[in-house]
Amino acid sequence: MEWETVIGLEIHAQLNTISKIFSGAPTAYGAEPNRQACAVDLGMPGVLPVLNQGAVEKAVMLGLAIDAEITPRSVFARKNYFYPDLPKGYQISQYELPIVARGHLDIELEDGTIKRIGVTRAHLEEDAGKSLHEGFELMTGIDLNRAGTPLIEIVSEPELRSAKEAVAYMKKLHSLVRYLDICDGNMQEGSFRCDANVSIRPKGQTEFGTRAELKNLNSFRFVERAINHEIERQIDVIEGGGSVVQETRLYDPDRDETRSMRTKEEANDYRYFPDPDLLPVVVDTAFVNQMREKLPELPDAKRARFVEQYGLSDYDAGVLTAAREMGDFYEAVAAGCGAPKLAANWVMGEFSAALNRSEVELAEAPVNAEGLAGLLARIQDETISGKIAKEVFEAMWNGEGDADTVIEAKGLKQITDTGAIDAIIDEVMANNPQQLEQYRGGKDKLFGFFVGQVMKATQGKANPAQVNERLKAKLDG
Amino acid sequence: MSQETLSGWVRRLQAREISSRELTQLYLERIERFDPQLNSFITVTAESALAQAEAADARLANGEQTPLLGVPVAQKDIFCTEGVRTSCGSRMLDPFVSPYDATVVERMNAAGAVMLGKTNMDEFAMGSSNETSFYGPVRNPWDIERVPGGSSGGSAAAVGARLVPGATGTDTGGSIREPAAFCGITGLKPTYGRVSRYGMIAFASSLDQGGPMAATAEDCGLMLNAMAGFDPRDSTSVERPAEDFTAGLNQDLKGLRIGLPKEFFGEGLDEKVRGVIDAAVEVLKGRGAEIREVSLPNSHLSVPAYYVIAPAECSSNLARFDGVRYGHRCDDPKDLMDLYTRSRGEGFGDEVKRRIMVGTYVLSAGYYDAYYLKAQKVRRIIADDFRSAFQDVDVLLGPTTPELPFALGAKADPVSMYLSDIYTIAANLAGLPAMSLPAGEIDGLPVGLQLIGNYFDEARLLGVAHQYQQETDWHTRVPAAFA
Repeated sequence: MEWETVIGLEIHAQLNTISKIFSGAPTAYGAEPNRQACAVDLGMPGVLPVLNQGAVEKAVMLGLAIDAEITPRSVFARKNYFYPDLPKGYQISQYELPIVARGHLDIELEDGTIKRIGVTRAHLEEDAGKSLHEGFELMTGIDLNRAGTPLIEIVSEPELRSAKEAVAYMKKLHSLVRYLDICDGNMQEGSFRCDANVSIRPKGQTEFGTRAELKNLNSFRFVERAINHEIERQIDVIEGGGSVVQETRLYDPDRDETRSMRTKEEANDYRYFPDPDLLPVVVDTAFVNQMREKLPELPDAKRARFVEQYGLSDYDAGVLTAAREMGDFYEAVAAGCGAPKLAANWVMGEFSAALNRSEVELAEAPVNAEGLAGLLARIQDETISGKIAKEVFEAMWNGEGDADTVIEAKGLKQITDTGAIDAIIDEVMANNPQQLEQYRGGKDKLFGFFVGQVMKATQGKANPAQVNERLKAKLDG
Repeated sequence: MSQETLSGWVRRLQAREISSRELTQLYLERIERFDPQLNSFITVTAESALAQAEAADARLANGEQTPLLGVPVAQKDIFCTEGVRTSCGSRMLDPFVSPYDATVVERMNAAGAVMLGKTNMDEFAMGSSNETSFYGPVRNPWDIERVPGGSSGGSAAAVGARLVPGATGTDTGGSIREPAAFCGITGLKPTYGRVSRYGMIAFASSLDQGGPMAATAEDCGLMLNAMAGFDPRDSTSVERPAEDFTAGLNQDLKGLRIGLPKEFFGEGLDEKVRGVIDAAVEVLKGRGAEIREVSLPNSHLSVPAYYVIAPAECSSNLARFDGVRYGHRCDDPKDLMDLYTRSRGEGFGDEVKRRIMVGTYVLSAGYYDAYYLKAQKVRRIIADDFRSAFQDVDVLLGPTTPELPFALGAKADPVSMYLSDIYTIAANLAGLPAMSLPAGEIDGLPVGLQLIGNYFDEARLLGVAHQYQQETDWHTRVPAAFA
């Protein structure tokens, strides 16, 4: 039987506000346990939540960016369950009236077609703390630094049909939240996390199969692997005569498998009800318009502009606009050297390779946009060839100075003096009489040999176009 | 001397007739002497009280005039007090020393009040007789075999016996007004949002409201001046210009329209209590008030709606008491479930458990619409009843409670206990200000008169009460055993 996969994603993005969603404690990551938890975060008796307006602003920006309806009066609700890292015994979330209602996100499939994925809703909520299981003999440590960190949970429609589509959707959203500067996107620190609801059904069937919820998918790679695993598991179960149970499964990246956490019967009844400590969040048109004005140019628009303005291919424009900082970097390089296509090739080629090799972030790269533009300008004005430029770039990356300094210090300036090139050609011809004779006898292929000899004699510094031209004249003359 | 009112002491302190230290000592001695009979205090903070008194004396010497400068008060043990045990009347919080002050405490401290201690209360404010306290029942100073009312029974008994001139209370369904009535004192539940709930341990967040309890309306006005005001830490607190709640005390009652809701005078009302209320109405009439009968047709739904909403909120509010971070934790928990069940099982008393279970039930999947949602609709209908009544009248008047203070242990059936609040609960559901003031005595026991006002009309309520107290002396009476 042929099976169709149905996937819906729930993505939790931590909003990068300075303070927590309902208290004034800082949200910064990595402090000593429980040093960034105030009385409110600790769920002390008598404390009350006060909503951080910054979180509302960021949620509205996300809603506008996915073309969603912004709920004029959204309501915080309590999700009640007991867990040691949940200090109040309930999580403040939104239930019936989320701040962001129906929207959508376009993803690009492998064959280049665009698929529109519906976003059911996005709601604001607070994060819980963390349970620490190591270093406490027979006990569990609780770190409440993360408790109260603002999250936006973005829920997709079950419209994704493969692990690859799921990853494409997740990457698109990841890029979007970083463009909007509402989330740092750091998946290792858990700032951007994903749960996936996965089910299968016979191809052609319209009803959904029973789903399993996969938790703990904190990298793009894990999402893809965990979903593919789950699809196989469900096919095996059904084809083996069994049926899929509605349950929550935890992905274990070390063993590359999912295992059951709890079944539907064991699931909590969260007893949601409106939080009486908080007023409804009223968002009026003026506020929405204010947020609309704050929206940066979004990835799809920027990509289209790069194609239009810089004459880039759609693919290149897509790569360069995947991250906002990369797009900004590219534009600075293109402007600085005046050669947009050359800039695109270099940013995606040598420069990105160097970033990967050195494992540094764009902001920490030893060569900045101005430096790279300076190098590319030297290619443009023919001071150096593209090949020599790679050597110069290498030196710049190693901290040996800007392009001009390196070119000067290493004597890499291109030879463009026709007299000098002619003299070298004459010498090469004189030293290779046999090849000369063969060439003149009709063996055209040897032209490349002579080019190589000239370049070798000049250590690559001769202007290749000039070498070609002069060599042709002399050999044929 | 101990007969003096809180406002009288403010005047005497300002006139330097007595020092705050002397006054504090006077009341600390009374507590030491009389409280063993009443059990109205859970914690007495004699040492810090004397230190606060000395600081107040220094400020008085400098000519400072903050509203409660040097006056001894007590805080209901539901308000968090930094460095002092804040038990909420529960074993669960018996070991809990708050790391911070509630806004009310902070404001009263800033106003110069001297805190003598923390008063006893029904556990987590759940009760109408002060019998559910982990620290034992409080006794009514008018008859120590009877209850003082609840949940602010400790504050009411302490003020009634003049162990302190004024104390804070909280009122979720009548917890200021019912004990005020039972102990012969004046108590005000302000409009919801008037007094910050920050640091006031939550029972039912949408109903809870702190307020003053003292001998007279004037005292309550002075205390409310210090307690009320917008608090950015409480999202439900209301931002309004500051108000002097004593400003309208001398307003005469000519033309004031007082409504008597007929539902408050029906079946279940003790005939003698009705007689007291009728007499009070005559007094107010005599001072120029117009009396009209009005109707609150849905008031019979108040108690059932309340006993869905309040438990629902409390089941969630009390989830934080889990033995993990503070408060009572069972010995040697086997695992997480054992830690939860035993810590909570040992830490909470029966009434609290009953309400947590009811609340959990009404919020559960499949029952939410039938109970919680329905109760919210009833709540709106009840508020609408009041809205129409206030189109025709300025103030509503009736009995605070249907009966006189009952004997300890007399109401073992929870439902009969819940009905003690039959006249008080509606004001909480609607969020309206309401107060109780002493209006008579039957068989040596005080009877309370309830006034309910429109939103933010506390000053008017206090004015009516003050005018009544100009003509009567019920508020000056102190039980003989504590004179």
